[in-house]
Amino acid sequence: MAKIELTRIPFIKNALKSRYPQLAVFIVMLIGYIFAILAGLIGTPVGSHNFSIVFVWIAWWAILILVAVPFFGRGWCAVCPIPLPGEWLQHGAVLSPPDKRPKWLNLRVPKMFRNIWLQNISYLLLALFSSVLLTTPNITGIVLAAMLFAAIGLSTVFERRAFCRYLCPVGGFIGLYSQTAPIELRIKDKQVCVTCEGKPCYNGSSAGYGCPWDVFPGGLTKNTYCGLCMECIRTCPHDNIAVNLRPFSADLAKPSTRMDEAFKAFIMLGSAIVYAGVLLGPWGMFKDAAYNVGSSAWFIYAIVFLAIIFVVLPGLFTLGILNTKNTLPLKQRFASLSTALIPLGLMFWVAFSLSFVLTNASYILAALSDPLGLGWNLFGTANAAWQPMLTSILAPAQTLALVVGLVWSARTAQKSANEAGTSSMPVVIYCFVATSLMLWLLL
Amino acid sequence: MKRAELISRILIVVGILLAVGAPLFFWARTPLIHARMAEDGGWNPDVIQAEVGKPLHLKFTSDDVVHGFAVGQMDMQSVDILPGKVTDITLNFDEPGIYTFFCTRWCGLNHWRMRGTIEVSGSSSDPEPATVPLYVSLKLDLDAPHDAPVVPNGKPLAISGQSLETNLPIDQSAEYYRSHSPYEVFESLQNTPLTDGQRWNAVAYFWQSNTTSESLANGRQLYAQNCAACHGENGAGNGVFADDLVQAGEASMQSMSGAMNMMMQAPVDFTDPRRMLGASPALLQGKILRGGMGTGMPMWGSIFTEQQIWDLTAYIYSFQFEYEK
Repeated sequence: MAKIELTRIPFIKNALKSRYPQLAVFIVMLIGYIFAILAGLIGTPVGSHNFSIVFVWIAWWAILILVAVPFFGRGWCAVCPIPLPGEWLQHGAVLSPPDKRPKWLNLRVPKMFRNIWLQNISYLLLALFSSVLLTTPNITGIVLAAMLFAAIGLSTVFERRAFCRYLCPVGGFIGLYSQTAPIELRIKDKQVCVTCEGKPCYNGSSAGYGCPWDVFPGGLTKNTYCGLCMECIRTCPHDNIAVNLRPFSADLAKPSTRMDEAFKAFIMLGSAIVYAGVLLGPWGMFKDAAYNVGSSAWFIYAIVFLAIIFVVLPGLFTLGILNTKNTLPLKQRFASLSTALIPLGLMFWVAFSLSFVLTNASYILAALSDPLGLGWNLFGTANAAWQPMLTSILAPAQTLALVVGLVWSARTAQKSANEAGTSSMPVVIYCFVATSLMLWLLL
Repeated sequence: MKRAELISRILIVVGILLAVGAPLFFWARTPLIHARMAEDGGWNPDVIQAEVGKPLHLKFTSDDVVHGFAVGQMDMQSVDILPGKVTDITLNFDEPGIYTFFCTRWCGLNHWRMRGTIEVSGSSSDPEPATVPLYVSLKLDLDAPHDAPVVPNGKPLAISGQSLETNLPIDQSAEYYRSHSPYEVFESLQNTPLTDGQRWNAVAYFWQSNTTSESLANGRQLYAQNCAACHGENGAGNGVFADDLVQAGEASMQSMSGAMNMMMQAPVDFTDPRRMLGASPALLQGKILRGGMGTGMPMWGSIFTEQQIWDLTAYIYSFQFEYEK
């Protein structure tokens, strides 16, 4: 399938180029985000009736993992309110660049942090506390506020969106999985960028800011680090930036060789498996261990969690590919072949999320009418009873998601293996075993 | 500054102020009474002010599990307090005083500690003189051992005692019944020609004749709602909380982990004849009214009316005697 340039359509191009539609969405999102923090801190401590839990961990998560990431890649990052206050402070403006910029430190992020290891760590920190985080409104409120203030803090010390690029616990996996999305922002003609003076898409101009994601659009070959903020569309003096519709997982044809990204794939795959077992499985002992943060059972849970992610899954994968005939060093082969785990992990998360989203979606109606648990009935739905949705199609849908993930990862493995000049069989077997395990845990 | 930038900034500031201010404003204007398991704080607030003749509008919410709300010594149906939901309750008080409100759902091991008070001020239209409970006027030592030295072989049958009891020298007054234990009445019959079994049957009939089916039914209901969680539905001291109470008590003896746990111990077994046949209704009244003092048995005097306590004692004896159906 050929690419379709969406920015050829004048309405889309104008909507993306203008700052006003984006700003309107930003303001609504920021208000919603701040309200979620307040709801978490002062609303009912009953998670299933608190706006912060219901809208962040059920509604937002459902939209993110079932729609935004698979179909729009970093589409969420394009409207995420977390970096906004910091970025506005950094810019000294909320719209176009002003004549004078405020004097913040504007430092470059040290080279040792210019990877996604910090994002891996921040994700794991939240993941290990997820049982409490996902059910306790005031913890959710504190974490949301902490992310907002961390983003503000980093914006005043470092240049561009340091929080989004290097620390955001969500941004890391959105970037990883955005490679599978059928949408991309790319340049139209490389030669235009080569000869472009001043590179305003990266360095900024009177028309707009230099790439907040610290990416030179001219070199973009994958979605991972492009936040779809559309700033380059505004700054490019040659109209050389396009948003394209493209085949799914187009970026995976050129496998990454970075270990931070490879481990991100294992972290996401492993945490989906652990969550399926602990949060959805019938083992109360595991749930208790995950919930009782600080107890000895929780420390064992944390150690097992980390061991699965950093030792068991990568270890078995390494053993599988150890004897494949190839001239590439093992480390490079490991990173390259783990690309197959990206679609697999995404579909694991889709299957896992279907379960709790369909089970708990009915809470959205009640929380909408009474977001703080103060006895309101704004839309007449405050007393909507909890009712699992579409239960009859849940198991088939999960099975379908996992099978699609397996086929998708097998095809990706073949391409990666061809690229690396080796056999895809060990990776396919690995994906098959992992899918079988996930199927057993979910069904 | 450009006009668009200025308007945008104003919109953002107003939006943020609204997002912060609106929830805080409404939150501050909606005083809720939060119900939490006693281990996590119980009722908050647990003291409420009211005035005689003025309706008291209260909003309750539960922060954890389903709780119930009722006011002691008041003729009202208990109301469920659901997690995350707000329940409106309006109360009217005719008399000043301190009323106890309490949880009516078995919400946790310390469920019975979930209590609070409503302080009702104002003048009384019909002041009633306080009456001294019978156990106080009898000067009973509620904590003294009171085991019956002799117990029947089986459950005494009231129906078998009916024909025997009519000619026996038993004081038929309610005061005599309430101030004597079944064993004492049994002993008072030792100079009669009856066998031990017949004497116990006569005692069973005497106990039955001092209650009514309504009183027993009321006692059964009160027992099921308030006592069975610890003492068990069949009175055997094996309610759903019994094992946990014992464990909490034993653990506290090992670790000295606090007064709350130290007060836990196994609930009394009402099917134990030695203990129950040695207890008079007045003694049971005292134990219910005052509570167990260091045993984990709560104080019910501020919750049950005097008649409710007599209904309960009548029902508790039914674990010892076979009454006519």
